[in-house]
Amino acid sequence: MNNSKNIKHLYARAGFGIRFEDLHDHQNWSIRKSVKKLFQASEKIEPLKAVTENIDLRPKPAAELTEDQKRALNQERNQQEKALNDAWVKQLSTTGAQLREKMTLFWHNHFSCNVGNFYYQQELNNIERANALGNFKTLLMQVSQTPAMLQFLNNQQNQKNHPNENFARELMELFTLGRGHYTEQDVKESARSFTGWAYNGKDGTYKFNNGTHDTGVKTFLGQTANFCGEDIMNIITSNKQTAVFICTKLYKYFVNEVPDDIHIGQMADVFYKENYEITPLLKFVFLSDWFYDEKNIGNLVKSPVEFLVGLNRQFYINYQNPDVLMQFQRTLGQVLFRPPNVAGWPGGRSWIDSSSLMYRMKIPSTILNAGVIDFTGKATPEDEAYLASQRKQQLNVIKRVQATPDWDKFLKDIPKDTTHEDIARFMLEPDLNKTVIDEVNRPGDIKSVIIEIVSTPEYQLC
Amino acid sequence: MERRDFLKNTALISGAFMVPAFLKPLEAIAKGDLTGHKNLVIIQLSGGNDGLNTVIPYGNDIYYQKRKTIAINKPDIVTLNDMQGLNPNLSALKEIYDQGWMSIINSVGYPNPDRSHFRSMDIWQTGSDANQFLSTGWIGRYLDSNCQTCKNPYTAIEVDDTLSLAMKGAKMKGIAVQDPNKLFQTTREPFFKDLVHDHGDANLNEDNLGYLYKTMIETYSSADYIQKTSKTYNVTAQYPNTGLGYQLKNVSKFINSGLDTRVYYVSLSGFDTHVGQQGQQGRQLKIYGDAVAAFIKDLKATGKLDDTLVMTFSEFGRRVEQNASNGTDHGTANNVFMFGGKLKKQGIFNDSPDLSTLDNGDLKYQVDFRDIYATLLDKWLDVSNSQVLNKNFAGLDLI
Repeated sequence: MNNSKNIKHLYARAGFGIRFEDLHDHQNWSIRKSVKKLFQASEKIEPLKAVTENIDLRPKPAAELTEDQKRALNQERNQQEKALNDAWVKQLSTTGAQLREKMTLFWHNHFSCNVGNFYYQQELNNIERANALGNFKTLLMQVSQTPAMLQFLNNQQNQKNHPNENFARELMELFTLGRGHYTEQDVKESARSFTGWAYNGKDGTYKFNNGTHDTGVKTFLGQTANFCGEDIMNIITSNKQTAVFICTKLYKYFVNEVPDDIHIGQMADVFYKENYEITPLLKFVFLSDWFYDEKNIGNLVKSPVEFLVGLNRQFYINYQNPDVLMQFQRTLGQVLFRPPNVAGWPGGRSWIDSSSLMYRMKIPSTILNAGVIDFTGKATPEDEAYLASQRKQQLNVIKRVQATPDWDKFLKDIPKDTTHEDIARFMLEPDLNKTVIDEVNRPGDIKSVIIEIVSTPEYQLC
Repeated sequence: MERRDFLKNTALISGAFMVPAFLKPLEAIAKGDLTGHKNLVIIQLSGGNDGLNTVIPYGNDIYYQKRKTIAINKPDIVTLNDMQGLNPNLSALKEIYDQGWMSIINSVGYPNPDRSHFRSMDIWQTGSDANQFLSTGWIGRYLDSNCQTCKNPYTAIEVDDTLSLAMKGAKMKGIAVQDPNKLFQTTREPFFKDLVHDHGDANLNEDNLGYLYKTMIETYSSADYIQKTSKTYNVTAQYPNTGLGYQLKNVSKFINSGLDTRVYYVSLSGFDTHVGQQGQQGRQLKIYGDAVAAFIKDLKATGKLDDTLVMTFSEFGRRVEQNASNGTDHGTANNVFMFGGKLKKQGIFNDSPDLSTLDNGDLKYQVDFRDIYATLLDKWLDVSNSQVLNKNFAGLDLI
């Protein structure tokens, strides 16, 4: 039986799209076998290593630096950010562990964090990758104790007598239970439990500060004791609402932006019963019949990173100057490690406006056919310090992409006698309408047809 | 020209074409509806402009005590009253101020201020509370409110390559137009044109694919409308040769050609002056002041100043005390500027910032920025502010 439509869908969602070379092997496989292979390919964990020095641990405090030293420091930070961004995009674009990276991207948005220390950002990202398919409770605990998150959500300032509620609030609102499942009093009480969770500014590691921890009795979600932070985490995850909340987000990420309460309920049952193990939950989703329902195919808007990574993977693109990829991220509204706020990127249709859609439809030809870029992205608010310190008004703009797609490799894997229309059906997830069919059927050389295929509105969906 | 040439060149010129029937309603709006319609121009200063070195409280000794090396010397200040004066790089605005076309609102902010750029910018652009996360912008929600005057995709134009969160609603979004000709040409690339012209109505479903096709068609149609309308007017006034000067010149072109747009949005970067502030901020303020002065005088000369309001804001001000690198760090409340021919209270709107009662070294806000938004929504854009801001704000007696 030719299973290619379902396999294509599986790869579009659990990864960043399928290549012709993969489809040869996989089209006769069962879904079960394909899912098994996807997980096997993702067993390997490859941490990012682009940032090698924690700049903030240098002996001289930033306040004592001269203007020139500060400027140089800003430049170093900027270089670290570029290196980290580039390293992750490269890994997303080339790894065999697609599902692991796709889930790392999910956690990157779920545990949204935006701090200017890229050593800490990298550490957080590696924790998210290592636990991407592991246990959610472990992941949650490790993430919460990273310097990145302690800094970002101000737990560093959360001390007995001066509680800072930021972490406690976001933990419940955005990481676990969701709004409406706790009270303001629960926020206050749990914030007290997290006092003392901090990191050591001298070596950048987590430490529990006994002296600033509030050992008093707290009442949280109806239970009363002298809870510590770990107790609060346990109470939160023993509440099934946490499973429901995470499964709703995963459903929207992998299946459909419109939640289906029955399917989400089934997912939450599995997740909760399996003690928050992520792999059995995802296997359940990918093996469910409803995952392959017509209405769940080709209807999700690719995020800018999914869009760029999908192109990179499909055409084996090599960039002479990888900075251009960050410029594209800026133009399309998603710069990795720079989520807009603690709630992450809103996703879905918010990715698409008149300009971002036009750029998405133009970028393939600028990459694949050496076009000229005549648009720039706005500086993110966090780019501003760098701009001002370097006495600049705007970021440098790269005009030429300077990328080399491997056309030979791409074309070699297309079976002989494949029609243009078949190629379009393979590369696009939604059903094709007459406009697109007519376009690709016009006579023309194969490369031009393929660039047109990836320049359509349909290509924006997966 | 080969239809697939676009694959090589991104900017092409293309000839006349037929407007497809389904696009016509959008373009058929009579210009007569527009007479006297009001324009709002928002200028965002990104990075956190230091308000205290912009409008200087030179009459307050604390200012000079806290800013030993970066204070602006008294003789250089363009004085406005016996307490406050403009940074000398804003001298072009003195004439505008004297004419009564400028109003300065001091100490604008919000409760529980956030000192992170991206969070505070988010708060200003969405109009949210400090502890609330909205994924739509305040102008975007104005577009969503479906008021009489905001039905078109070009009701709100950002003069830039990309669209800010402020301009994105849940259903409607503004359009980014850096250069109307470039946008027009981009949308007229042969392949794009084919997709727009040949698509069937079947593509316009409620699903995401339908949304993509709808966005594409609206962009195509708006690009045509904006280009055709704006080219009927030639800006003759002189503008400084800067990015902002160019952007405001385009806004003038849009306004004077009678474009049916109500909100324009432009930004100027480079205000995050932690280090060596005087030179950097001075350069940016000069770019700002010269461009705005040219713009206001241009509008006055063409008779559009009474129909135009310009608002300038930044995501936060900076700390009262300078840092050790001759710069300033992130602070809280800041000044907001309004320009226009119909200002109710010209000049300085409220008291100079209180430098003695600080919150942890930062100014305390006196005016919630959403009271300014509310005033603009109620009195200028004709929509009730609670519909956009999710609760009712009393507003100010500004216009």
